Amino acid sequence: MSEAREEKAAYIRHLLETEGDAVAENTQGFNQGRYESVAELEEYEALKDEARAIKEDAIERLPELIDELTETVEANGGTVYLADDAADANRYIREVAAEKEADCLVKSKSMTSEELEVNEALEADGVEVIETDLGEWVLQVAEEAPSHLIAPAIHKSREEIARLFNAQFDPDEPLETAEELTTFAREWLGEHIRDADVGMTGANFITADSGTIVLVTSEGNARKTAVVPDTHVAVAGVEKIVPSVEDVAPFVELIGRSGTGQDITSYVSFLTPPVESPVVDFDDPDVPFDERDDDREFHLVLIDNGRLAMREDEHLRETLYCIRCSACANSCANFQSVGGHAFGGETYTGGIATGWEAGVYGYDSAAEFNDLCTGCSRCVNQCPVKIDIPWINTVVRDRLNREGDDGQFEFVYDELVPDEEPGGVDVQKRLFGNVETLAKLGSATAPLSNWLATLGPVRRGLERAVGVDARRPLPSFERETLRDWFERRGGHAASKERAAEPRAERGDREVVLYPDVYTNYVDVARGKAAVRVLEALGVHVRIPAVPESGRAPLSQGMVATADERASDVYAALAEHLDAGRDVVVIEPSDLAIFHREYERFLPEASCERLRKNSYEALEYIYGLLENGADPDALRTGGEEIAYHSHCQQRTLGLAPYTRSVLEYCGYDVVESDVECCGMAGSFGYKSEYYELSMDVGERLADQFTAPETKDRLVVATGTSCGDQLDDLLRRDSRHPLEVLDPATPTY
Amino acid sequence: MSVETGAIVERFETSLAELDVAVTRTRPTAFESTLEEVVREPAVGTPLPFASVSLPAWVDARPTPATLESAATGVTAASFGIADYGSVVLPSTPEGAEQVSLFPELHVPVLRERDLIADMPTAIDRLGPRLRDGESAIVATGPSATADMGALVRGAHGPEAVHVILLEDGEVSDGE
Ligand code: SF4
Repeated sequence: MSEAREEKAAYIRHLLETEGDAVAENTQGFNQGRYESVAELEEYEALKDEARAIKEDAIERLPELIDELTETVEANGGTVYLADDAADANRYIREVAAEKEADCLVKSKSMTSEELEVNEALEADGVEVIETDLGEWVLQVAEEAPSHLIAPAIHKSREEIARLFNAQFDPDEPLETAEELTTFAREWLGEHIRDADVGMTGANFITADSGTIVLVTSEGNARKTAVVPDTHVAVAGVEKIVPSVEDVAPFVELIGRSGTGQDITSYVSFLTPPVESPVVDFDDPDVPFDERDDDREFHLVLIDNGRLAMREDEHLRETLYCIRCSACANSCANFQSVGGHAFGGETYTGGIATGWEAGVYGYDSAAEFNDLCTGCSRCVNQCPVKIDIPWINTVVRDRLNREGDDGQFEFVYDELVPDEEPGGVDVQKRLFGNVETLAKLGSATAPLSNWLATLGPVRRGLERAVGVDARRPLPSFERETLRDWFERRGGHAASKERAAEPRAERGDREVVLYPDVYTNYVDVARGKAAVRVLEALGVHVRIPAVPESGRAPLSQGMVATADERASDVYAALAEHLDAGRDVVVIEPSDLAIFHREYERFLPEASCERLRKNSYEALEYIYGLLENGADPDALRTGGEEIAYHSHCQQRTLGLAPYTRSVLEYCGYDVVESDVECCGMAGSFGYKSEYYELSMDVGERLADQFTAPETKDRLVVATGTSCGDQLDDLLRRDSRHPLEVLDPATPTY
Repeated sequence: MSVETGAIVERFETSLAELDVAVTRTRPTAFESTLEEVVREPAVGTPLPFASVSLPAWVDARPTPATLESAATGVTAASFGIADYGSVVLPSTPEGAEQVSLFPELHVPVLRERDLIADMPTAIDRLGPRLRDGESAIVATGPSATADMGALVRGAHGPEAVHVILLEDGEVSDGE
């Protein structure tokens, strides 16, 4: 393994060992809570659409809204400062503190202020800065950075916090329980809030029409921070502005549910500063509030720091819609294992952090963790503003690829990597991005290639040169491809005859079976099963030569190559679509690229046409059965099945079809509910990520080795899930098509 | 009480029960005795803007920083309640309603039945004009809470318990 890969692997291993358990428990709890909470929400999809539309509109009109907000706040008696960058913002905030002769500033949790590193700036002037959010304060005491957008100390166990507090504060009685820790923190922080000269908060939303700062919290610290001292400084990225109070409505219902799975947080504060509440002045402890006549000060510091440029960037722009709810992080299988210290750069963490870090700090910061997005797409449906987070990750990966220095492997590689990319793309990425060429070669030279692939020296060489982990078995290529087999048995004409047996009136349906790389060269068995299952249901099949979908290069961030593939695929299928033939796809990630990413590569009409007429294999079979096809024509063996649906298939909402078909055919099905198998394509092959992918896989393995599933036949719909399950379990997995194939004997 | 009010009250009470928040319905005439049962002393409060009830003398209605800190209960008026969530909407006032609802360990929001509304969009529609007028308000749902210390704990910088007093409307009747 190269030194850089070894270093990365070591860091991931370290986080898995030290923070993995606490992060896993918390994020999975939030994630589960979210599923339950949004299930109760009528109109969930409509609310998301509404939320997105508001953000689209607000970012579109941002310059105008900044002006409107400035006028409103000033009319209310506050000041607005639009800071170009962190240094500019900090300079302004320091001036405010200096003018107040502040000794102590209390602060409620705000990622934007982390972005500024305002604490350090103020402390340089001798101002004591105290974090009042309990999690944030734990980290301040521990001198650590947040590892999660909304639960910053998620990686710390209660025991660790107790050790930390006992060592740091030496209380009379050692602190132990969560209650004791909370009470201690509340009292300690309460004293500081009492004495503070300035309170600083962030803002979840700011309304341009009223100048209201909306703060979404469960602890009361933000409220105290804002109203106890006489000076309130709110710092917020410009993207937090929405046009009106009414626009906040959908977010109030979505944000808590999306984040921690709470229907709503304890407090949603709508503060229109300077607020009317009296100052709590402990220097005047006996003056009743109603006798006070406070002259409150309010400063809104709006931060640009790269955001206005992001707005001009067609791909990064969406990042600005983000409400930092953390749903993308909580639903991310890799994040669930390693958490935000692996998954973030300077400030932001989780799936969307790539966009934030690239926009705010530049690509180097985003590069550190960009690879951790496997493109599984599980976050896509969880985002309350419907940001295509994997796409942002892909774009950033592409831009990083293009920045790379000239590849020294170019001369060896040229034959193997007929892609559209510039020379700088990392060799490992190039290898996985050109998997079709490799598959062709592997198949043409099988079984030699397979034998070679098992040899230790070859594996070690592969690991050293391109980082393919030697512990991961390589796919074994078939000498006879699916297309060759299909032609040998008579091609489409023979398929038509078979589909018409035993009745001539059957066999009037015709489909194109998409020969994805894996089915065509490696798992030919599932392709054969697909052909036989379709024929048994009266459908005849064609298998034309169609190139790789572009999924492989896309997951390496090779966008130009993926774009080229999309055109080639469409060209190869266009005639069939014109002839009214449906396209049946076995590999869910290929169907997903047709349905989701092709809209970025193809003319709208072409994309729409392919999308409308392409189906996942089991979805198609479900449709046939619904329309009267005879399930008895399939194999109805009745085994008990443990089923894992591919992540992309779940995102598209297609998982239930497989289950229904199996149940319809008499199988008893238990389905996994972990987010992802951890393999997600090439990711699990990469030596730096092998252990992480196995750690994620453990969650799936646990579900399939539990007493009620351990003897079940394992069935998986995706290539990568199948590979991962084979590596994790002692029993082999099957594709559902093989289970249903009438030519298969019992297992 | 009309059927519609009945349904909305029930929904509000169910939502509060799910939050583990106590609620007592009371006629205005029984307000003081109800308050007596609910409140832990010493209690501070801010004036109630309802014609039918006012704070009894034993609630300190002119709190200072000192009495605020030593109070066990804070009594404040809620502008309205949101049935779907069991939330109360607390206005900020120059008398210190924000602080009184936040510092003591028990918060007792007092709310009229007629001020219950069904859902969040309605609540925010109502808030719109007030906020544009410069007002501030807190949508408070249950006590303050944190999970940052390794388990869910109530009372994180804010009250650890909330007890809602719901005033039955005098003038509407269901035939009694
Ligand atoms: S990208 Fe979406 S899911 Fe992720 S934090 Fe932002 S709003 Fe939440």
